[in-house]
Amino acid sequence: MASIADDMDTLVAVRDVSFSYGHTSVLSHVTFNIRTGDFLAIIGPNGSGKTTLVKIILGLLEPSSGEAKIMGQRVNRFSDWEKIGYVPQKATHIDPFFPVSVKEVVAMGLLSRKNTQRLSKKMEEAVIKRALRQVGMEDCLNRRIGSLSGGQQQRVFIARAVVNRPLMLFLDEPTTGVDAETQERFYDILDDLNKKEKITIVLVTHEIGIVDMHINRVACLNQKLIYHGAHEEFCRSDAFKNMLAGGHHVISHRH
Amino acid sequence: MDAFLSFGFLQRALLAGVFVAIACALLGVFLILRRDAMIGHGLAHIAFAGVAIGLFLKVMPLASALVIAVITALGIMKLKEKAGLYGDTAIAIFSSAGFALGLLLVTLAQSFNVDLFGYLFGEILAIDPTEVWLSIALAVSVVTIVIVNYKKFMYMTFDRESAKASGIKVNRLDILVTTLTAVTVVLGMKIVGLLLVAALVVIPAAAGLQLASNFRQSIVLSSIVAVVSVVLGLVGAFYLDFPASGTIVLLSFLIFGLFFALKRKRRAF
Repeated sequence: MASIADDMDTLVAVRDVSFSYGHTSVLSHVTFNIRTGDFLAIIGPNGSGKTTLVKIILGLLEPSSGEAKIMGQRVNRFSDWEKIGYVPQKATHIDPFFPVSVKEVVAMGLLSRKNTQRLSKKMEEAVIKRALRQVGMEDCLNRRIGSLSGGQQQRVFIARAVVNRPLMLFLDEPTTGVDAETQERFYDILDDLNKKEKITIVLVTHEIGIVDMHINRVACLNQKLIYHGAHEEFCRSDAFKNMLAGGHHVISHRH
Repeated sequence: MDAFLSFGFLQRALLAGVFVAIACALLGVFLILRRDAMIGHGLAHIAFAGVAIGLFLKVMPLASALVIAVITALGIMKLKEKAGLYGDTAIAIFSSAGFALGLLLVTLAQSFNVDLFGYLFGEILAIDPTEVWLSIALAVSVVTIVIVNYKKFMYMTFDRESAKASGIKVNRLDILVTTLTAVTVVLGMKIVGLLLVAALVVIPAAAGLQLASNFRQSIVLSSIVAVVSVVLGLVGAFYLDFPASGTIVLLSFLIFGLFFALKRKRRAF
């Protein structure tokens, strides 16, 4: 297991984090680091605490015990949110009739900037178009978000999350309900963001088989942290064998 | 039209009406999209308790209505958070209790007279200069605050979780929206009365949302519908001797119907 000491490369440090909903334990004493340049998959069966862990790191939930730090600062003190991008779980909660254009959705990402960093209208337009170009959606600028397919919507949400050129991008099961071909294109985009734009990516998924060509690290959760390390070693590890033996759906095969 | 505008009371009515209409429309768009459209109805009933308290204590009813409406609106918000009460349940409970309290106090104050009638059905044509300037000042404040924060309001209405993850203080903005809604409902009470103020908040916004293809358009269209309804409603009421509040609301309903039909026609093509 990699060293858990904080170093210059550590972007996120999770220390002994536990979380419960009432009396139900969801996370138990989870400790690990996320380093610059990681393309990390957080995997585990349903109910293993993956989404809860991401929400704790982003300050959306408070842990019952332990703490998370982003760039050396406690999450509740962290204020440089323009450095963090977030694509929430497949937006079934997004109202398809909401009267908002693709341009307006991507512009929402700019609101995490501090007042002193606000851009002129011309600059705003330019960065929005650049973000949409990165995800291949530049032709849909003035289309209503509800008129797009699920895969297209998720690409717009990625554009929103990267419009500030963040250091880190969190995605929570971003391709649920999306067809296989669209999924491949989607992960190619993430690959480019990680390798060319040098964005650290943290991806919550329960299907490692789809992302195994892209990721370099794995964190395997089942309320506790069962494994955290290099992807190649994970497939040889006891954690992986135990998950398969437990009948958990971890791998899917592409045909 | 010159005759219409030469009367001071009509000028005051137009001035107050236009500003309050814009405030109602702007907030109405957010309330509809937050699925909180009925809060206007509930707050109007609560404001009635505030009016009654004002009449009972012989203080300015508009002021007492503002205080009661804002405090209760924030209380409803807290109840939803802490006690897990559904929003519409909390509104139903408080609006009923508010109206009942209002009835009791009005009876005790023996104020079943023109004062009360004006608050129930609106008395924009009888609005006095002090109330005009107060209404305009409050309405301009509401409009300014909404315009300054409209992108954050839009973000948290569209995707609350992502807005929170961006560092936007969604809980504080909720308090702001709730307070602005309470203020706007009380202002609208003078224009169309307690019984119809919810319509002024909801119908122009719903009309604008029929044809808007982006958020900015929905805000602009809704405001235009609200202003047109109030202006034409007042003109119609003056010349046809109709009640101003009913005319304004019916006009906005007709415009909604027209926009709805246009939307369906657009889809068919």
